[in-house]
Formats: sequence, C-alpha cells, structure tokens
Amino acid sequence: MAFDYDKWIRPGKLPHIWCPGCGHGIVMKGLIRAMETLNLKKEETAVVSGIGCASRLPGYIDCCTLHTAHGRAAAFATGVKMAKPEMNVILVGGDGDGTAIGGNHFIHACRRNIDMTYIIMNNYIYGMTGGQFSPCTPTGHKASTTPYGNPDPGFDIAKLAIGAGATFVARGTAFHANQIDKLIVEAIQHKGFSVVEILDDCPTTYGRRNKYKSVIEMMNRLKEVAVPVKAAEKMTAEQLQGKVLTGVLYKEEVKPEYTAEYAKVIERAKASK
Amino acid sequence: MEKTLPKIEIIEKYCKGCHICVEFCPKDVLEMKGFCVSVKNLEACIKCMQCELRCPDFAIKVITE
Repeated sequence: MAFDYDKWIRPGKLPHIWCPGCGHGIVMKGLIRAMETLNLKKEETAVVSGIGCASRLPGYIDCCTLHTAHGRAAAFATGVKMAKPEMNVILVGGDGDGTAIGGNHFIHACRRNIDMTYIIMNNYIYGMTGGQFSPCTPTGHKASTTPYGNPDPGFDIAKLAIGAGATFVARGTAFHANQIDKLIVEAIQHKGFSVVEILDDCPTTYGRRNKYKSVIEMMNRLKEVAVPVKAAEKMTAEQLQGKVLTGVLYKEEVKPEYTAEYAKVIERAKASK
Repeated sequence: MEKTLPKIEIIEKYCKGCHICVEFCPKDVLEMKGFCVSVKNLEACIKCMQCELRCPDFAIKVITE
C-alpha cells in the first residue's frame, strides 16, 4: 500500500513552494515516515524552524509547529522543551540558518545536550534570500555574492556538532531517500541532542551557478560522494578523498540530558527552603 | 503465479516536472508528457517504490494491495 502522507499534511497546503527538484520535499517525506513509524501524537510533537527555504517545512506539517526568527529555532525549541519536557521537539532548518545566523544557538544546544532532534538540510547555499554563499559552500564554488569562487573553507556540520557536544550525529542525503526516515527515527529515540544532517540539492540558486546541468546531475553527485560508515572502514584515505560519510557517525549515552538535570536543580532548590 | 500490477497514481496538480522519478526508475516505467510525469509501461513496474520515495512533491503514489 502506498504510504499515506496526507495524515500529516495540513489540508490545502500542497503543492509546496519549493522549486522543481528541490530535495526539501524528500526530507519532509522522510520526517513524516519517521513520525508515523514512531507513532508520535500530533499534540505531543513540536516541529520548530527558523527562516529559509527549509524552514518553511513546519507550515505543511499537521502537528504543533513554530516558525520563528532567523537562526533562532534552537532557542525557541529550548523554550518549548523546558516548559513541556514530555514533548517530542524536532527542529528543521537549512545550513545558513543553522550554522551561520543560528550558529551560536546551535553549538550551545549541542553543548547542553537537551533532548531534541535537529534536522539540518545542507544545500550549500542561502536559497531563499538569493543564493548568497553560506558557511557550507565548498571552497571555490560560486554563489551570488562570490561570483569568482568562494575563498572560505566550508563547515563540516557533523564534526561541528560532535565537537560542540551533541550526543547523536548522523548524516544522510536526499538521494538515499529510504535511509532518511531510519536516521530520523534513531535520532528521535535518542535521549539527548541529536543532529541529522541531510545533504540536499538546490538546483535554482546553487546548481545553475556551479555548472550542474540538471537536478539529476546534482542527485547523481550525492550518490557518488556518499560512502556508508561501514564501507569507509575498509577504504584507504586516498579512496576517501572527496567523499562524505553517511549513516550514524557518533552516538554516546553517558552525558546527562539537560531537562532531567534541570529537574534535579528544581528539586535541590525546593529542598533548601 | 500471475504478477499483480500496482496502480500508479499521479497527482498532476502537484507535479513540477523535475524528472527525478523518470530518471531513477530502474525499469523505465515513467515518462514526461509536457511538464507532467505519466506512466509509459506499467507492466514493467516491480513496485520498488523508488519514484514514490524520491518524489519531492508528493505527486506519485504506487498503490499495491
């Protein structure tokens, strides 16, 4: 039987605003499949986003949603989680929203290890605002503000998240669509701050400036660069040149979770009176 | 055993003509007709669901029993 996405879509919201071939729709389908797999209740699930193409996602999903200020998804989501720790909080956003404008919120949410899932759709560019380069734009690639090539080295979001203290970090691609929901399921089940980076394609503002002839060429690139973590173990450093690891990259369960720790602080404060 | 064919439902209003389903179908079941996808050869379909999974626009449904 075909999967029933309609249950999780707000009536009358489709077709969505994303451009033809944009991978955000594929990620949204993955998120919906993950929420259905986990049998999440709509009134106990909050999807929070900032600003940007990817951040339009909560507008389509039929559950508790917040569309907030640019880069501030993690701050608003922290508020939701602290007020109602029983909620399943899922953040969505793009690479510019998450790692540049919201970079500070992102690393501190990682550091706190608050129980949320952050899905970062990395399309290497600021799409909505006109194709400016983001911290994830690879060196030498073109954007509307770097017409002669971007001199900056790009961020590795997964390494950044691990370094900042996130306890679950995974990476997938929009091409490997059936892996997306599995990674998100594992991330939501994990107690602590989980980051799922999904490599995406932006044919409109990134692809055409960087000599990708079509969406298909961009999808094929994702297929070529992605190497599953297990397969990478058998490969040499030379073979891994230019490749990107996919799958669950990091997981630890020792670090205490923030809302549980904060509940202890409340207990201590009450006891001292 | 006789092969049962799925029903491939295309919501034309949602399709943006990105070609992803046509290109990544392993059995060449789909084709573009103008700006919208349509079914060319339903008999070849192996119900792998790749088109439904990868359609970014919620425009394709592969309905099996």
